[in-house]
Amino acid sequence: MDLVANILIGVIIAATPLVFAAIGELVVEKSGVLNLGVEGMMIIGAIAAFATTIETGSILGGIVAAIICGALMALLFAFLTQTLLANQVATGLALTLFGLGLAALIGQGYSGKSAPPFPKLHIPGLSDLPVVGPLLFGHDFLVYLSFALGIGVAWFLNRTRAGLIVRAIGENHDAAHAIGYPVVLIRYATIMFGGACAAVGGAYLSIVQTPLWVENMTAGRGWIALALVVFATWLPGRLYLGAYLFGGITIVQLHSQALGLKVEPQLLAMLPYLATIVVLVIISADRTRARLNAPASLGQTFFASH
Amino acid sequence: MFRIEPRKEPSTLMLYATPLIAVALTILSGFVLFTLLGKDPVRATLLIFYKPLTSFYSLSELIVKATPLILIGAGLALCFRANIWNIGAEGQFTMGAVAGGAMALFLFEVEGFWVLPSIWIAGALGGMLWAAIPALLRNRFNANEILTSLMLVYVASLLLSVLVHGLLRDPQGQNFPESRLFHDAALMPILLPGTRAHVGFAVALLAVLLTWALMRWHVIGFQIKVAGQAPRAARFAGFSGKKIVWFTFLVSGGLAGLAGVFEATGPVGQLVPALPVGYGFTAIIVAFLGRLHPVGILLAGLLLALTYIGGEGAQIAMSLPAATIQVFQGMLLFYLLATDIFVNYRFRPAPMKTAPPSTPASPTAQ
Amino acid sequence: MEKTSEYLLELKGLTKTFPGVVASDNVSFQVGHGEIHALLGENGAGKSTLVKMIYGVLQPDGGVMHLHGETYAPANPSAARAHGLGMVFQHFLLFDALTVIENIELGIAPELAKGDLRSRIVEVSEFYGLKLDPDRLVGELSVGQRQRVEIVRCLLQNPRLIIMDEPTSVLTPQEVEVLFRTLRQLASEGCSILYISHKLEEIRALCHKATVLRGGKVVAACTPAEESAKSLAEMMIGDVLVPAKRTETMIGAERLRVDKVSLPSTHQFGVSLKDVSLSVRGGEILGIAGVAGNGQEELMEFLIGERLTRRADAIVIGGVEAGRKGPDARRALGLCPVPEERLGHAAVPGMSLVENTILSARVRKQLAGSGIIDYARTREFMQEIISGFDVRTAGMDHAARSLSGGNLQKFIMGREILQAPSVLIACQPTWGVDAGAAAAIHNALIDLTKNGAAIVVISQDLDELMAISDRIAVIANGALSDPEPVAEVTIESIGRKMGGPSSVEHADVPH
Repeated sequence: MDLVANILIGVIIAATPLVFAAIGELVVEKSGVLNLGVEGMMIIGAIAAFATTIETGSILGGIVAAIICGALMALLFAFLTQTLLANQVATGLALTLFGLGLAALIGQGYSGKSAPPFPKLHIPGLSDLPVVGPLLFGHDFLVYLSFALGIGVAWFLNRTRAGLIVRAIGENHDAAHAIGYPVVLIRYATIMFGGACAAVGGAYLSIVQTPLWVENMTAGRGWIALALVVFATWLPGRLYLGAYLFGGITIVQLHSQALGLKVEPQLLAMLPYLATIVVLVIISADRTRARLNAPASLGQTFFASH
Repeated sequence: MFRIEPRKEPSTLMLYATPLIAVALTILSGFVLFTLLGKDPVRATLLIFYKPLTSFYSLSELIVKATPLILIGAGLALCFRANIWNIGAEGQFTMGAVAGGAMALFLFEVEGFWVLPSIWIAGALGGMLWAAIPALLRNRFNANEILTSLMLVYVASLLLSVLVHGLLRDPQGQNFPESRLFHDAALMPILLPGTRAHVGFAVALLAVLLTWALMRWHVIGFQIKVAGQAPRAARFAGFSGKKIVWFTFLVSGGLAGLAGVFEATGPVGQLVPALPVGYGFTAIIVAFLGRLHPVGILLAGLLLALTYIGGEGAQIAMSLPAATIQVFQGMLLFYLLATDIFVNYRFRPAPMKTAPPSTPASPTAQ
Repeated sequence: MEKTSEYLLELKGLTKTFPGVVASDNVSFQVGHGEIHALLGENGAGKSTLVKMIYGVLQPDGGVMHLHGETYAPANPSAARAHGLGMVFQHFLLFDALTVIENIELGIAPELAKGDLRSRIVEVSEFYGLKLDPDRLVGELSVGQRQRVEIVRCLLQNPRLIIMDEPTSVLTPQEVEVLFRTLRQLASEGCSILYISHKLEEIRALCHKATVLRGGKVVAACTPAEESAKSLAEMMIGDVLVPAKRTETMIGAERLRVDKVSLPSTHQFGVSLKDVSLSVRGGEILGIAGVAGNGQEELMEFLIGERLTRRADAIVIGGVEAGRKGPDARRALGLCPVPEERLGHAAVPGMSLVENTILSARVRKQLAGSGIIDYARTREFMQEIISGFDVRTAGMDHAARSLSGGNLQKFIMGREILQAPSVLIACQPTWGVDAGAAAAIHNALIDLTKNGAAIVVISQDLDELMAISDRIAVIANGALSDPEPVAEVTIESIGRKMGGPSSVEHADVPH
């Protein structure tokens, strides 16, 4: 029973960074912007949180630092794509390349150090229950935040006027502009929200999951988060399904020895990447379904002619 | 305040000037970065951008580094022109090295004029095979090629690791994860005696020439341009989008594969897990900085190679962190994308009465 | 305050200059309370610029506006809305993937969206005879229904003045009648309407007053009911135009046959082709009428060869089965198409005219026979197009997007016609083109039939089709009616078919 609970907890821990990064990107894409720089913002979040936590001893301070740095990275992207009308795909790539380099530069003094343990929720009685206790009541607050975030985003997009405006802008930015909505301003906001979320995902990696700083530690998770948004067909609920699926795959990898699998570790390490490809193929093969909730102006440059 | 106005035609002057402006801005930002790192900015800048040009050997090293960048960049430019985003050249590079390296090991100690071409062809095919996967998935299943090609980078690098840990490991190598050293007949012929500059550079120049001719004179180049700018017009003209995806992916994959096998059988001389060092990603910057034009890519490839050589020099001389160069390259791409706006738009002083559009939420409404 | 001034809206000397052109030159006119006022003019006469200034999208360089006798200078559309103005744009400001109610909510002030918006939508739409289902996705609606969404959205804000930009160009004649009833009802309630159009009969039937614009200037003001269509046309064009006339041509052998083609739509909000058949003979012009979005685009994709069919005999060009042949092979057989969308479909916006010549003339003019592009030959052919069709351009190395709409259309029509096709298929051949250029294009089409070519013209402009077609068919909801000789049809009979059985259902049965 303990093994099952441990595996499930492992899945949650592995999935949480993906949830953060993907939920943020979902909002960005719903507003019609494709930011391929998730990997770069994540790694910046990871190093910002790690370095701040080491220097100040405050985990909360680390997370706040990640949020600020992630949003700043996103601001750079927003300035280039929304104000200077640069191509979103190329700018996203630049953000990733730049982020990986900058994180490595900042992180060179932090290799080998380890972050203080991250406090977990403990409700006397409830958290001590067998299996259910650690599974439901024994996580760190970021796990709960990741759930609240998804619910909040779903509520925002579907139940509020502001969410309706975000969706409208993603659907047809020219019409939204002509009606009088500040397309660029709103996109700046969603892009920065996406950056903050990605950075929290990265922070989770470096101060909860590992908790160490390793160069290139995001290892493609930002890209997997992008694929998750496609997999989820832009629906927050399905995004969790995808993220937990990937969490499961990662855990199979970690527990392979315990499970008695005799496979080369590198082959197991390929699993998440191969699974991403498989998932993308399955979801994209049905064109109508894949596009059902896709924002119509996704990735297009918006220029207000008047 | 300024108002941004679209130009009726892209500005040719700006098209050529902006890469230079971007380079200048990057160097300026470098000053700030070095100062922040507590290094002498003038010395660091000279070490990176000037010192490598002053000795014959470092010039030859420049050619060594520029070879893969130019080869890959020339292929990527075809993809990007067609608005096809192959960003997995790093994986295609790795698979080229794996396939070519495997061929070299298979032909170990075999002599003959055909040994070298066989290895090269194997390398190119390895890259093409790896590039064929995202092409197939995009054409057959509509899967986003950005994500699939990138995922395959990780898979390729893990595959290389598996192979040098097992099948291709040096039998006399005391369990080190590396292949045996290639024999002389499998190694790249040296272009300049006493250096590591190999004939791969000549192949890269040939690739530049051929892709230039293709884009300038051949109808395939025309198809690539139309498909990239106006996909509906491409269909109207009778160009098959799927064929263009195949063509650009296979050519760029093949060139990246060649770059990989050249690297393995050239400066490295064996298969090691650390063979992919990011040329496939840097080549993306090379392609953009070169304005997706083969000649531009040649120059951009040399410039980026300079930052590698100079960066290594500064790393040794001033203990500058290795990641500095990566930051430099990222900044360069940012500045290029930022100044791109001058090509297609012009800035004019804004008329005074332009008010930002307000939402219907404005208090004046109703 | 309402009736303190004689006029609701008064324009005095409104001027707006763009680089190289005075789009609005010292324009003055007045709109009375409850008046339906026509703004009449050709494409490029300055109508759009003028209403954009009234609606706050653009700011004038000179002149003043008064609303209710007070100075009126809206900084943006929401300021205009706050002053009681509403506008129904020619290109609807709607979001396909959102519902009717969401679309309406987005377009009105938040205070108005509060409370029971749904019941108010139903109420207003029923009161004005504009039935709507609030929960449907806008992308699923017909063009006429979308216009209702725009109008209802406008009406929910209790406007004093509604601006309507070419509202009938997307409607069937029957839908036009319904719209006119609504507009007259609104006017009788005291709401003023600024009605922009270039359709003379409509203006005579509907409008109380008219201001005629030409080249950015007011050239006439009149009471349309007292004018004839001919006199209005002369004011608008400033010239007496001889419309293109069909003369008897020899009807030859069948050049194009389409046989029972059904093609499912590839887009979420597209239309599927349903059992479409047609046959055109040499020397004949077949007109295909229909409201936008009824399958014209899908039919065009099929005819061009952008979408292939399994059955080779689904389309037969000059006796050769071509269902599985792509655009190149069809051009080789003599079929040259002109799609509706000029920039991005018929031409690449960022490419030079030389390159755009290669785009579709490559096969028939052998511009790249061996794969190597023959630039000299291409320039030669391009020169022929430019001089033959009077294309005004600063040079042939200029990008297609730098040409005006009319000149680009002349270039595209010329490019296809000068390839001497045996079948020409033209979609909206004169859309957005001024009257002189339109007549030239019509004459070129008629000349082509004299050489034995078969022509299909797909257009939303019934007057155009009545003027140049031999037979007319109607496309509605993806199905094509049997063509009838033009002498045997009336605007009304065509109009009924344009509505189609299914679209009437959609319009009038709320779910």
